[in-house]
Amino acid sequence: MSYTGGDGWQRLHPLSPIVRGGRATIAIAVVLAPVALTGGDIGREIPQLVAAGVLVALGFVSWIVTRWRIDGGDLQIETGVLRRRSTRFPLAQVQAVDVVRPGLARLFRVAELRLRMGGASGATARLAYVRESEAQPLHDRLLELARAERGEAPGEEESLPRAERPPERVLTTVPPALLAAAILISDVGIFAEAVLVGLVVTYIVSSTAATAILSGGAVWIISSFTVVWRRFNQEYRLTVAESSDGLQIRGGLVALTAETIRPGRVQAVRLVEPLLWRALGWCRLEVDLAGRQRSKGEGEAERGRLRTVLPVGSRALAEELLDVLVPDRPRELLAPAPLRARWKSPLRYRKLGWARTDTCVVTRSGRLQRVTAWVPLRKAQSFRRVQGPIQRRLSLASVHVDTAGRSVHATLRDRDVEEANRALVELTDLARAARRAA
Amino acid sequence: MEAPPEEIWKGPARALLRLRRLEVLGLAIVAAVGGAVAGGPVFVPVAVVLGVIAERFVRRRFRSWGYAERADDLLVRRGVMFSRMSVIPYGRMQFIDVTAGPLDRLFGLATVKMHTAAAASDARIPGLERAEAERLRDRLAQLGEAQATGL
Repeated sequence: MSYTGGDGWQRLHPLSPIVRGGRATIAIAVVLAPVALTGGDIGREIPQLVAAGVLVALGFVSWIVTRWRIDGGDLQIETGVLRRRSTRFPLAQVQAVDVVRPGLARLFRVAELRLRMGGASGATARLAYVRESEAQPLHDRLLELARAERGEAPGEEESLPRAERPPERVLTTVPPALLAAAILISDVGIFAEAVLVGLVVTYIVSSTAATAILSGGAVWIISSFTVVWRRFNQEYRLTVAESSDGLQIRGGLVALTAETIRPGRVQAVRLVEPLLWRALGWCRLEVDLAGRQRSKGEGEAERGRLRTVLPVGSRALAEELLDVLVPDRPRELLAPAPLRARWKSPLRYRKLGWARTDTCVVTRSGRLQRVTAWVPLRKAQSFRRVQGPIQRRLSLASVHVDTAGRSVHATLRDRDVEEANRALVELTDLARAARRAA
Repeated sequence: MEAPPEEIWKGPARALLRLRRLEVLGLAIVAAVGGAVAGGPVFVPVAVVLGVIAERFVRRRFRSWGYAERADDLLVRRGVMFSRMSVIPYGRMQFIDVTAGPLDRLFGLATVKMHTAAAASDARIPGLERAEAERLRDRLAQLGEAQATGL
């Protein structure tokens, strides 16, 4: 590889700072474009030019001081000018290596490698950016080293060179038209449409009122559309494939991501069925993964975010994916809540239910959308039994299964007090046994 | 909420109840004096009645707190209106906080809080005597290390 120093140290791709700058880079380009094209009045543009020059210089410095190497089972990354920071990431703890390519990165043919670490820290190591052609070999090499560090003998399939391995089995690709239709009738989609219709109607009635609303609530209006756009952008042509490493997920419209989900990484799985989707038999499937808590260096957008495995699809397809993600899940029907629970949760009552096996618990709830959550018991963090004043009067109680992060809520809601107490004891014991076995 | 018999439940120190009662008393006095100055002496009995109600609540709340160290997990219960009981396996603990505010320190008290990878985990024990808080912290840290499991 290029940019090599001594002792195996390597630099990132020289264009990295520009790609990292992301929106800032685009803004600078937009500001400077007129000057560059027309020649214009250079004198008036001096402040902008100086600012841009300083940013470019800073970017160059940050590139020149950042280097990385693989050294005896660790990935070592050094950065910083005044405060040198050297971080070692033990490869044995690598949970997965993702390849991410935002829009600008695709333009410059570079890619980011994101190493998700396990252990208590759950940190993320980023190599942003390396040349696109080097990303895949480096990805394979890191995973191989990680496997060797963990002392796992490579499996029969893995010892073969990549080209000779059995091909991965593609489980699903979501057609763009279906995705667009599904988003338009999902909760966020309907909200954005309502905002749009409201604006148009107001504009027809009184254009001054519409401008006032636009200027006052611009941030909220724009954000309601960004949510819709982001969902479409991320889930465009999302493909799920089963390979020797686990589930491969890749897709995206502007930014491409490729991610591998090792079965042991799944903290919780969530199946969401919005009101209008239920009539069509659609659902979406999301997983919560280890090493995905708010970690430094991760973009705001992906903080605590669930990873979508199936943006939209039939129940049968979801079941097929669930077989891979939580093979030990309960198959029997969910036990409904006692009839009196309808006084406490009138909207939720008909959806409430839970079931368990010795290693997995499933709960279902939700007001308008039906949310089913599976938690492997060895991943459960803690259990809580809660009883509010209304529940006490009806002799009901809820048991919460706390999972890592804050995204998935698995709650045995509004059960009979006796049942809740028994569930709390049982689940605690089963979780302990599952942790020991792991 | 009845616990199986083999567990030994402990509660916060009596000093916590004294501290909370003093806080209620202080607030009631401020309300009574303020009310009397601003709106006449009728407000004094009102403040007294509110103070008595608040004292009752504080006492019940104090009694509701409890914790039990079992072989593999810690039990914490609390709450009057919303009664909660949490089970936190030692192996899931990521770190432990011991905090003491100025008033707490005056009464020789401290709060112990355990953190797991889950944001929702609810394991806070307030009003422990200093020595007990330190003992609990060290013991939990020790048990946590011995039983630690990855995510």
